[in-house]
Amino acid sequence: MSRSTLINWLIVLAVVALAAVPLFLGSATGFGGADGIAAAQIEAANPGFEPWFTPFFEPSPETASGLFALQAAIGAGFLGYFFGVARTRRRLNRD
Amino acid sequence: MHIAEGYLPPLHAVAWTVVAAPFVVHGARAVVRQVRDEPETKLLLGAAGAFSFVLSALKIPSVTGSSSHPTGTGLGAVLFRPPVMALLGTIVLMFQALLLAHGGITTLGANAFSMAIVGPWMAYGVYRLVKRLGGGLTPAVFLAASLADLATYCMTSVQLALAYPDPASGVLGSVVKFGSIFAITQIPLAVSEGLLTVLIVRLLVKVSPAELIRLGVLRRPVEA
Repeated sequence: MSRSTLINWLIVLAVVALAAVPLFLGSATGFGGADGIAAAQIEAANPGFEPWFTPFFEPSPETASGLFALQAAIGAGFLGYFFGVARTRRRLNRD
Repeated sequence: MHIAEGYLPPLHAVAWTVVAAPFVVHGARAVVRQVRDEPETKLLLGAAGAFSFVLSALKIPSVTGSSSHPTGTGLGAVLFRPPVMALLGTIVLMFQALLLAHGGITTLGANAFSMAIVGPWMAYGVYRLVKRLGGGLTPAVFLAASLADLATYCMTSVQLALAYPDPASGVLGSVVKFGSIFAITQIPLAVSEGLLTVLIVRLLVKVSPAELIRLGVLRRPVEA
């Protein structure tokens, strides 16, 4: 493995560690989303708060997790396509 | 950083939309110009958008015990300048608002301002500053991406504080309150985003140096 590849893998490892360490430390609130916590904070500070507008379409939690996965898949899919094209193009140009 | 649908008072929602709209329109024109003038960078532009698409879908646990997500806007801002990300970031937010009920249409202006405008400009400013101070590509990209991520969440805290000032300590107290929810949670995520952006740029230097030279990110051809 070249030095450059090793550094790339170490970066990946660091990112995984940054996400995994909190999981081992645990959470009193079950790792709720910060967006939701902020919304709850607004509701707590303003009794009787009702959002004045609601989404047209609100997927069930199951569907939402699927759609989040879809979002990541579309992005990752395109990135993979890009790197495939770029790498191949560079190889062919070199020959 | 997604302010939920209907959580900003109408006046604030309209005001942030009015503030964000010109940036997004200007961004749309920047994207069109980029594609027309340098068609060979079209695919890379798509990749920058895709990076933001992936990263903003990943909710990652943080040391504060809550979860949040990176924004992925620093990469495109460094490569293509910030206006392009004003459009691409807003597209990401619209996808999430319409399909995932995450964020919202009434809060799109405010969310676009923090994620698609403040973040990318922060990234670009930091990138240029580090470069001017003689920093290399890696530290410049790392600081740009992670500080853009943090700036986005600080902006969200300010937006919420302006809408919901604390009865006792006012807007400033409220900034601290929302900042403690968002900004601190975001610190490890900002580091992750910086690292991932550095990783992508390292790979780009390897596979498409010609595009990076054309965009002014690399000076001279590098040996692979």
